Amino acid sequence: MKIELKDSQLRQIKDICDSFNNDPGELITILHRTQSVFGYLPEEVQRAVAHNLGIPVTRVYGVVSFYSFFTMTPKGKYPISLCLGTACYVRGAEDVLDEFKKQLGIEVGGVTPDGKFSLDCLRCVGACGLAPVVMVGEKVYGRLSPSMVKEVLAEYE
Amino acid sequence: MVQIKMHLLVCGGTGCRASESARLVEQLNHHLQLNGLAEEVKVVTTGCFGFCEKGPIVKVIPDNTFYTQVTPEDAEEIVKEHVLKGRKVGRLLYEDPETLEHVSDSKHMEFYQKQVRIALRNCGFIDPENIDEYIVRDGYAALGQVLASDPKETIELIKKSGLRGRGGAGFPTGLKWEIAAGNKADQKYVVCNADEGDPGAFMDRSILEGDPNSIIEAMAICGYCIGATKGLVYIRAEYPLAIRRLEIAIRQAREYGLLGKDILGSGFDFDIELRLGAGAFVCGEETALIHSMEGFRGEPTIKPPFPAQSGYLGKPTNVNNVETFANIPPIILKGWEWFNSIGSEKSKGTKVFALAGKINNVGLIEVPMGTTLREVIFEIGGGIKDGKRFKAVQTGGPSGGCLTEKHLDTPIDYEHLTAAGSMMGSGGMIVMDEDDCMVSVAKFYLEFTVEESCGKCSPCRVGNKRMHETLEKICQGKGTMEDLEYLENLGKVIKDTALCGLGQTSPNPVLSTMNYFRDEYIAHVVDKKCPSGQCKALKSYVIDPAKCIGCTLCSRSCPTNAIIGDKKVPHVIDQSKCIKCGACYEKCKFGAIQIR
Repeated sequence: MKIELKDSQLRQIKDICDSFNNDPGELITILHRTQSVFGYLPEEVQRAVAHNLGIPVTRVYGVVSFYSFFTMTPKGKYPISLCLGTACYVRGAEDVLDEFKKQLGIEVGGVTPDGKFSLDCLRCVGACGLAPVVMVGEKVYGRLSPSMVKEVLAEYE
Repeated sequence: MVQIKMHLLVCGGTGCRASESARLVEQLNHHLQLNGLAEEVKVVTTGCFGFCEKGPIVKVIPDNTFYTQVTPEDAEEIVKEHVLKGRKVGRLLYEDPETLEHVSDSKHMEFYQKQVRIALRNCGFIDPENIDEYIVRDGYAALGQVLASDPKETIELIKKSGLRGRGGAGFPTGLKWEIAAGNKADQKYVVCNADEGDPGAFMDRSILEGDPNSIIEAMAICGYCIGATKGLVYIRAEYPLAIRRLEIAIRQAREYGLLGKDILGSGFDFDIELRLGAGAFVCGEETALIHSMEGFRGEPTIKPPFPAQSGYLGKPTNVNNVETFANIPPIILKGWEWFNSIGSEKSKGTKVFALAGKINNVGLIEVPMGTTLREVIFEIGGGIKDGKRFKAVQTGGPSGGCLTEKHLDTPIDYEHLTAAGSMMGSGGMIVMDEDDCMVSVAKFYLEFTVEESCGKCSPCRVGNKRMHETLEKICQGKGTMEDLEYLENLGKVIKDTALCGLGQTSPNPVLSTMNYFRDEYIAHVVDKKCPSGQCKALKSYVIDPAKCIGCTLCSRSCPTNAIIGDKKVPHVIDQSKCIKCGACYEKCKFGAIQIR
C-alpha cells in the first residue's frame, strides 16, 4: 500500500534526523524516534530517513527488517502482545494465544478489520511471576487462562 | 527536623508494577496523610525484592515485616493497624507453604536464608531514583578509592578476586580489563551489555531498575582502569522502566560531579550515554552489539580482532555484562580475599538467577557459586507448583540445556553445568514438571533460535531451520528413528561450524534433551505417543462408555460433528473427523472424556 507523506510529516522526519546531526551511526535511535511518531515505518518514511542521513535506502531497510522492534505495518488501536518467554510458555501461554486468535479471528502479526486490535508475540516482559502474561497497550494482565481472554477483550469494547 | 520512625518499602519492579504497586504507593501515602503520619513514616519505592511470585511486596522497616500480594485497597488497613497501632496485618503476612504458619520477619523465610546478595545488595532496600540513598550505603566510595590509586592495582585486585563474566561465557573480568588497558589508542570505550534477551530472564533488568548507580560507578571504575573516557550502555528498548531509572541516575551522578569532567578532583573525565537496542537476541554477542551501537544490523563478526583490540568505531572497547559490573564496587571495598572466599574452586562469588516456570517461588535470587540445584529449586524455590513431580530444569536459556533429577545435586558453577551438558548462561532458570513434553520444549527453544538467527552463516540460518522442521515432524507423529540420528548429527555440525556464540550453542536444548530424555523422543517416533500429553497431534480423545450418560453436550459443542450417539446412550468419537480441539473435554460434566 502506497502512502503519500505530507510536507509537515517530511518536516517531522527531517527535524528528528537534524536533532541527531544526521549521523548514520544514530540510525537505530532515529528509527525509534520516528516509529514513536508515526506508529510504524512504511517504505516512504524509510526513504525520507535515508535521504536525510545521506545513506542508501537499503541500509535503512536492512536495519528495519532486522530488528523485531521495528514494524512496517500499522498496529491496532489496542496492540495486544502476548509473552512467549519460556516461563509463560511452560505455564500455558500457547493455549492463551490460540484463544486470542480464535476470539479476534486474526493470526499473529495481524490486525482486526476494524483496526481495533493487533496481535503480536514478544519474548519476556519480565513479569514471570505472573505468567502467562499479556500486554494490551501498556497494561499488563497476568495469570491468564484461555477462559479469561473474553473478559480482557471486553474491557476495550 | 522530624525523625523518620518507620519506612514502608514497596517494590517498584516491573512485575509488581504490573500488579498495581504504583497505585499502592499512592494509597499508602494518602492514608498516612489522613492519619497525620506523613512526616514520620516514609514510603519508598524500591527495586525488586526478588519474591515476584507473591508481589506486590511491602516491607516494613525496622521490624522487617514482609507483606505479600498487597493491593491498593489494603493500604488503609496497613496504616491503621500496623503503623498506627503496631499490630501486624496477619492475613497479608507470608505464609510458609509447609507449616502454613505466618512468617512475619523476612529473615526467617527460607527463600532468603540461603541467599547471599552482592550484586543485588541494594535491590529492594533503596529508592533507585535517589542517588543519596545509594551513597549512604557506601555508594561511590569504591570509585573514590580507585581514583586515588594506580589503575594497575585495581586491575590486579579484580584479577585476584576471581570474578568472571556473568553474561554467560565466564571470561575472567580482570584479564579482560588488562587486555583493554594494554592497547594504546586515542579513545577507548567501556560498554555495558544490558541486552538481556534470554526469554524468562530478568536479572540485569532488576539490577538496573533497583540499583542503577552501582552500574554507573563500576563503569567509571573500569574507564579509569583501562583509560577510557566514554561509557555506553546498550539496553533493550523493551525495558522502559530500567531506561528511565538509568537516565535519572546518570543525570544525578552528573549533578554530583561523579560523572563528567575531573571526577572528584582526580583529573579523570568520564561520561555515559545510552544506546537502545531494538529487539535482536544476537546483539547480546559482543561484536554484534557493537555493530548495532554503530547503527548497523546486529550481525556478529569473526574474532579476532576482539573488541578489546578493535571495537566500537574501531577503538579498543571493553564489554561487560550488567551483573559483572554490579559486583565491582563491593570487591574493591571489601577486598579480593573476601570475594575469593565465596563460591567454588574455579567460580568465585555469587550468581543471580531468575527462577521461573513450574515453581512455587518465582523470583530473583542470588546464591553463592557451588550451591546445588536442589537447594535452589526445593529450598529457595519452595518446590514444584501444585505438588507435581519435578522433571527438568533448564539453565542458560536458548544456549543451555535441560538437566534432570539425577543432576539435582550438581553444584551450580561454570564448570559443573557445562560438564552436565548445559551452561551457566546469563542466569535464566526454568523449572519444568511432569506435564512438560521435552520434545516440545526443545522445539520451543529452536523456534526462538530460528527467529533470532541473524542469517549471516548458513549452519545457523539453514541448520537450525532443518532441525526445527524435524522436531515439528516428530511432534506431529511423523518422525522416524533416522530423524533422531539426523538431529544429533546436524546438531553437532552446527555446534562446530557456526560463526558466533548463538549458533554454536543453539543445538544444546535439543542435544541435551535427546541425551537425558531419549525415551520420550522414542515414544514420539515409535509409539506415536506424547507421554505428557502435550503434543496435540499425538493426543486422542475417547469417551468412557461407563461414565457417559448421553447428555449430548459434547456432540453439540463439537465443531466437526465428530461425536455420534443418541440421547441417553453413550457417545463415540469418530477419530477420523476429530481435530483434537478439546472442546468436548471442557464441556463434559461427568469426566467421561479422556485424553490418551
